Amino acid sequence: MQTHFEKELAALKEKLLTMGSLAESAVTRAVKALVDRDDDLARQVQAADDELDALEVEVDDLAIQLLSKAPLASDLRLITVAMKISHDLERVGDEATKISRRAIDLGREPQLKPYVDIPRMTTMALEMLKGALDAFVRRDSAAARAVIPRDTEVDALNKQLHRELASFMVENPANISRCLSLMVISKSLERIADHATNVAEEVVFLFEGRDIRHQLKGKALA
Amino acid sequence: MPEVTLQKISVAGGTESAPPSGPALIEVKRLSLHYGATRALKEISITLPERLVTAFIGPSGCGKSTFLRCFNRMNDLIDNVRIEGVVKIGGHDIYGDDVDVIELRKRVGMVFQKSNPFPKSIYENIAYGLRLHGLKAKSELDGVIETSLRGAALWDEVKDRLHASALGLSGGQQQRLCIARAIAIKPEIILMDEPASALDPLATARIEDLILDLKRDYTIVIVTHNMQQAARISDHTAFFYLGELIEFDTTKKIFTNPTNKRTEDYVTGRFG
Repeated sequence: MQTHFEKELAALKEKLLTMGSLAESAVTRAVKALVDRDDDLARQVQAADDELDALEVEVDDLAIQLLSKAPLASDLRLITVAMKISHDLERVGDEATKISRRAIDLGREPQLKPYVDIPRMTTMALEMLKGALDAFVRRDSAAARAVIPRDTEVDALNKQLHRELASFMVENPANISRCLSLMVISKSLERIADHATNVAEEVVFLFEGRDIRHQLKGKALA
Repeated sequence: MPEVTLQKISVAGGTESAPPSGPALIEVKRLSLHYGATRALKEISITLPERLVTAFIGPSGCGKSTFLRCFNRMNDLIDNVRIEGVVKIGGHDIYGDDVDVIELRKRVGMVFQKSNPFPKSIYENIAYGLRLHGLKAKSELDGVIETSLRGAALWDEVKDRLHASALGLSGGQQQRLCIARAIAIKPEIILMDEPASALDPLATARIEDLILDLKRDYTIVIVTHNMQQAARISDHTAFFYLGELIEFDTTKKIFTNPTNKRTEDYVTGRFG
C-alpha cells in the first residue's frame, strides 16, 4: 500500500510526464507549422505554452511542499531533480513558442529553401528528449547516459545549417531576414537538445546519485 | 561480516575527499556483545576519527545505544553481558586488564536522553565531579565552572544564579548543564544518547549548535532517532540494524545516496 508521501511523489512524477508530453508535442507542432506554413497551428502552439508554464509552477509548489517533509536519499534526489527537469521542460516549451513565432514570420515570405536539416534536427532533439524521459520512467540510467553524446550530432547540424544560411545571406541580402529566422529556429532546436541532455543528466543523478554534469568540459580544461 | 570502511566518493568537478577523516581515535574490531544467550551486537568493526561528530542511527532495538555504551564500558554495569572483540581508544584496548574504568569514563564522558542533574545547585553540579578528580581550590573551581558553562553555552543564562537549584532550569538548560558537567573534567570523547529527543525545537537547535561548537575540541558520538538531526550535525553516519553495522560513510553519502538497500529503506522511512 502506498503511503500518503508515496502518493504525492507519484503525483510529482505524473506532472513531469505530462509536461514532457506537452513539450514534445509543442516542438513537433511548431516545426510542422513551419514546414506546412500553417499559421493557425503556430498560434495554437503559442497558446498551449501557458499550460506548461502553469505545470512548472505546480511542480515547484509540490516539490517545496514535499521538501518541507524532510525527505532523504532517493526521495530527496527525486524531488530536487523534478524541480530541474520541470524547468528544462518549460524551456523546451519556450523554444517551441520561439519556433512558432518565426514560422509565422517566415510564412509571410516565399520559402527560401526546402527544409531538410530542420526536420532532421527536430527528430534528433525529440528522440533525445523522449529517450531521457523514457529512462526516467523505466529507471534506466544507462539509457539516460546513452542520450548525452547525441547532443554533439545536433550541435554539428546546427553549425552546418548556420554555415549554409550564412552563404545564402552573402549571395543575396534579400535573404537575410529569412536566414536569421531560420538561424533562430536552428538554435532553438539545438537548445532543445541541450535541455534533453540536462534531463538525461538529472536522470543519471536520480538513479546513480552521481552528478555527471560538466564532466567533458572539466576534462577539456584540465 | 566484512570490515566496513569509509569509501571515497567522487563528485563532478573533481574528487571530493574521502570523509574528512583525522587520526583514528576509536577503533573497534569485530565487537560482539551478548546479553545472556542473545547476541545484541554482531562483529562490528568501525574506526572513528577524532574531533568529528559521528551519528549512530537505526530502528529501536538495533543495538546503537548498546554499542555507544561499549565506548565507556557502561555495559559492565549490566549482569549477563559478555563482550568479544577489541575496542581501542587512542590505541589502548579499553577492555584490557590494566584499565581503570573510572579513569576511562573521565576520558569518555556521556550525556543521556533525559537530563539528569544532581539535586544540587548549578555550581555544585559541576564542582562535584571536579572535586572527585582532585580539584579543591575555590578559585580554580570557579574558573573551570565558568569555562565549562561557557563551553556549554549556558553561562549567560545562569551566571547570576549559580547557587540556585539546577532543578529550576528548563529541560534544555538542564541538558546543557549536563554537557557542561561532562566537559568540565576535560574528556576526549563525549557520548550522547539522544540528547535532544526530550527537548522542544528551540532547545534542540541550541544543543545542536553546541555540538557543532564542541567538535573543535572533542570527538562526539551521538545516537539519534532524528535523521534530520544527524544530517545537520554529524560528519559521519553509521546505520545499524538487528545488531549489525550495515553502512558507515559520510553523512552526505548516507542521506543522499546510501549504498545499501536497507539504509535507503530506513532513511526514506520505508521500514524501521
